Amino acid sequence: MKHLLSVDDLSRADVDDVLDLAASFLAVTKRDIPKVPALRGKTIVSLFFEDSTRTRLSFETAAKRMSADVMTFSVATSSVKKGEGLRDTVGTISAMGIDAVVVRHSSAGAPQRITEWIDASIINAGDGRHEHPTQALLDAFTITQHRGRDLSGLKVGIIGDVRNSRVAHSDAKLLTALGAHVTLIAPPTLLPESVESWGATASLDLDSVLPELDVVMTLRVQHERDAQSRFPSLREFTQRYGLTIERAARMRPDALVMHPGPMNRGVEIAGAVADGASSVIDEQVTNGVAVRMAVLWKILGSGGDVV
Amino acid sequence: MAESPKEKNLASAQIAASEESSIIDQTPSSGGFSMPETPHSQESPQGAASPDVLRTRVFSADDLRRAHTRIAHEIVERNKGADDVVLVGMHSRGPAIAERLATAIKSFEGIAVPVGTLDATFYRDDIGMRPVHPAGPTHVPVDITGRVVVLVDDVLFTGRTIRAALDALTELGRPRCVQLAVLVDRGGRELPIRADYVGRNLPTRLAEDVRVRLLETDDVDEDTIELWGPPEALGDDE
Repeated sequence: MKHLLSVDDLSRADVDDVLDLAASFLAVTKRDIPKVPALRGKTIVSLFFEDSTRTRLSFETAAKRMSADVMTFSVATSSVKKGEGLRDTVGTISAMGIDAVVVRHSSAGAPQRITEWIDASIINAGDGRHEHPTQALLDAFTITQHRGRDLSGLKVGIIGDVRNSRVAHSDAKLLTALGAHVTLIAPPTLLPESVESWGATASLDLDSVLPELDVVMTLRVQHERDAQSRFPSLREFTQRYGLTIERAARMRPDALVMHPGPMNRGVEIAGAVADGASSVIDEQVTNGVAVRMAVLWKILGSGGDVV
Repeated sequence: MAESPKEKNLASAQIAASEESSIIDQTPSSGGFSMPETPHSQESPQGAASPDVLRTRVFSADDLRRAHTRIAHEIVERNKGADDVVLVGMHSRGPAIAERLATAIKSFEGIAVPVGTLDATFYRDDIGMRPVHPAGPTHVPVDITGRVVVLVDDVLFTGRTIRAALDALTELGRPRCVQLAVLVDRGGRELPIRADYVGRNLPTRLAEDVRVRLLETDDVDEDTIELWGPPEALGDDE
């Protein structure tokens, strides 16, 4: 595997590999010395054109725990502010001699474009509304940790601002490929034009679907895109689509509550539910490091494509 | 155990000829860990025209049982008891062998020696040169600091796996000393590493392949260790 741009790049065997490897790396991260020399001498650049807390820290932690060198590129303090274009920025970084670039960009397809310009491996850490493949892998890993590798028949609900969510897009495709049945639940204005290509079904009525769900995944309302103009008020959104305490009481007792973060407590999910017994939100963050270690290993370490 | 090819144009043949590639290849997939299918992991670089043939049966099941018993006694004798000993099996077959040694020690010494497992994949020096995947979890149930760690593996070859394992052990603690027990020492060392306990010394050629099959780790009815090699090599050095 040279790049990871989309969950479509992953065969079933690749996904199984990543999930197996993530289990190995999760054990590594829990040791007294949570570090292995696996990627010593490799240089990884984190290139984030969009704000991020957990994804960026997660990737950088993953790289450091594998002894790779990490260069952090932050748009706020870079020549991008002086008007440098994406191609020149990437070319400059590439000329310094690097092995992989972790890219987040507000334009769908930006990571794909970068693969055409430089030789390094490109890992998509979120591109516009398109894809966020490592989030999908860590969500799949978290679910399989609780429910086993075979997800056939598992009912997953992805709730809220589906339209703007690259996480929903990647998760729906990957979890469906693993056998789960994914339902996207949102007001009509926050559903994408077409959900068939996602392999999922859509619903407008959370209350009718909720009691059957094995996994309840809530999404943040993305004000920075155009979400807020697509429904009358946040209060009404919360009333109909928020995972409130009252709604959470009607979930299956063994349902898992997930959220890719960052959360707006009191909007799409009540604080008490996010911190409740069903929540695996903290596990998602912990697992994120292990899954990204697995992805970095698969791309830079395992030598699967080096001939 | 696996060698690092010295010459790139020989890399494929050398890697495929190493006993480690064949061991990983034939590890049952039930553990959930797998190795990708690539030309590098094919067992016979000579091609289908000249498949390897059985050259020597190194151990029968009975031989192997006796070797385990002897090695268990040697470990206890060398360390003047088994109080401080921790057996750490290297994936993929080491853990099963370590369990057998622990059972043997328990039978005559009455001490339950702790048994751990170790995967040294992330500490190897050939990362990126060939497809490698972890063969299992690293788990040592006790603090190894101040204790005698006996690393256990099936075949000792180049010594590179053991070097990686020593690095991996360092991350877990500081043992008082580290010893090495193997069922077969096939020679061919590329590093200054030797075994403290050896089931059998078996000088081999690079193109040959030591095949270990154990009840616990392989789909077989009885334990065997066999030496396989290309047919044209028959008689050359016997």
